[in-house]
Amino acid sequence: MTTTDMPRRADAAPGRAVSRKRLPGARTGGLRRAVSATTLLWILACLYGLPVLWFILSSLKPAGDLFSYPLSLIPHHPTLSGYLTAWRSANFSQYFVNTTIVCVITTILTVGASCSTGYALAKYDNRWLKAFFLCILATTMLPSEVMLAPEFLVVRNLGLYNSFGGIILPAVLTATGCFMFRQFFLTIPDELVEAARIDGARELSIFLRIMVPLSRPIMLTLAILSFQWRWNDYIWPLLMLNDPNKFTVQIGIQSIVGAQNINWSVLLGASVISMIPLILVFLVFQRYVMGADINAGLKD
Amino acid sequence: MTKRAPDVSTSPPRRRSRYILAPLVLIAANVVLFALFFVWPAVIGLVYSFTNYTGVGAFQFVGLDNYHSLFGDSTFYDALTRTLLYTVLFVPLNFALSLLIANMLVSRHAKGASVARVVFFIPWLLSPIVVGVLWRWLFGENFGLVNYVIEKLSGPAVHWQSNADLSLLVVVMAASWAWTGFSMLLFIAAIKNVPVSYYEAASLDGAGPWRQFFSITLPSIAPTSFIVILLNTINAMKEYPLFVSLNNGGPGTSNNLLVQYIYQTGFQRGQIGYASAASFVLMLILMAVAVIQLIVNRRVENR
Repeated sequence: MTTTDMPRRADAAPGRAVSRKRLPGARTGGLRRAVSATTLLWILACLYGLPVLWFILSSLKPAGDLFSYPLSLIPHHPTLSGYLTAWRSANFSQYFVNTTIVCVITTILTVGASCSTGYALAKYDNRWLKAFFLCILATTMLPSEVMLAPEFLVVRNLGLYNSFGGIILPAVLTATGCFMFRQFFLTIPDELVEAARIDGARELSIFLRIMVPLSRPIMLTLAILSFQWRWNDYIWPLLMLNDPNKFTVQIGIQSIVGAQNINWSVLLGASVISMIPLILVFLVFQRYVMGADINAGLKD
Repeated sequence: MTKRAPDVSTSPPRRRSRYILAPLVLIAANVVLFALFFVWPAVIGLVYSFTNYTGVGAFQFVGLDNYHSLFGDSTFYDALTRTLLYTVLFVPLNFALSLLIANMLVSRHAKGASVARVVFFIPWLLSPIVVGVLWRWLFGENFGLVNYVIEKLSGPAVHWQSNADLSLLVVVMAASWAWTGFSMLLFIAAIKNVPVSYYEAASLDGAGPWRQFFSITLPSIAPTSFIVILLNTINAMKEYPLFVSLNNGGPGTSNNLLVQYIYQTGFQRGQIGYASAASFVLMLILMAVAVIQLIVNRRVENR
């Protein structure tokens, strides 16, 4: 395919690195450097991994053992009781379902809207399209946290208060998504569009039948990013939702933290449960995230 | 854009705007969303910032009163300085850590880089709320692992929660830890794009690894550094959930940042007009940061 090198395969990295041949004479220093570089890398990796490891191992301890001295890294009596209590208590399973619904719908809408906008920005040449592109870039300067109060009033006036629509719709437009698709479609030769036009294809069917299938890797990358953003959203759902039956997972966890006496056993269980979907998605689709050219970077 | 240039020049100019309906249909959804959720709030936010609106009922225009009282409000000043302090601490720390890690992951010397990369990336997947819970668990004064280790090494227990500055430091560490994955990915992509021949030429000339890093890598990835700093600054200025779950802006109100201030005045005390004014100050700061960084970036690139 003449399309693109993005997303780059994640496993392309070692091959590229090996090709950086050094000059002879650095060979004895090379081994020493390899040892020190590897050691430093893994010391840092341990430092980064340790908090998560400690957290997950702690969540496997029974509630009574959590604070018993001396602290032990490995739980002596591993149990899932923290998870079970968290899952059963305080509507947590309901929150989980709510968050999943919101995430899936938002992600589908975001991918669709970004794909069509990115294609229009890349393959059509109009002054107002350029202006709109600047507008989209400007939204990164205006995150919803900055306009909490007025945005709340707008959503309330639209009648979306206390509904999933109020969380989903404001989150659909993302600069990152439009930018990623625009960059991708710029790499697709215009001749492809021209050829389809000569064959008599209509503009929208060129988009739907040629361009959409081509952009599948980008779709997956954006879908993962979008899913992560929405899963982890806190402040906007907190403002929008009033009915405890509609709360999302993050609100649920924060309500445990905000309690007078924190029930750490439940809190640890709930937090670990909330981490699982994202980590699963990430491990399955790793190469789409790791290899992605997210230089667009302008996070939601 | 460069790809399009020859195509445009060879085709008659009227081609450019022959298609109007199709692109309009394609961007329609995002145009509507942009108008509804960016233009509209921005406009009414600006209007309300000159009123004493409380969210319901009638309101009066009060001119610049909100802005006046904002600049006389010591709580606002505390929130503002605390936010700036947090940003000044977080952005360089995150920059240094993610650049260091990206360099090591790209380096051919380090073994097991692909596994290590996953380890560094996982914290980015966690939500700010969970990151806050996790570090709270780690840095609890009476029960945390860190104080336990310090006491084992016969040191005194450190007041991670009740000392305001240490508490901020924990948040800075937590945020740098959580955000490394993303910045690191951007840096890895940038470093891989630096032509290998530069390094070969440099080592022929006898430049050591440090020299190569500062004279080749750092200048070559300047645009990415710019993006990373800009994004991290914006993210730091609007940080809220991490503080809420880690120390709830405490001890007391000492670590209340701007967004928390806006949230409390706007939604807990119902002073929508006043909160809108605070929002606009925050927005102006963000814009100023972006413009300054744009100018600096231009100057560096033109050098």
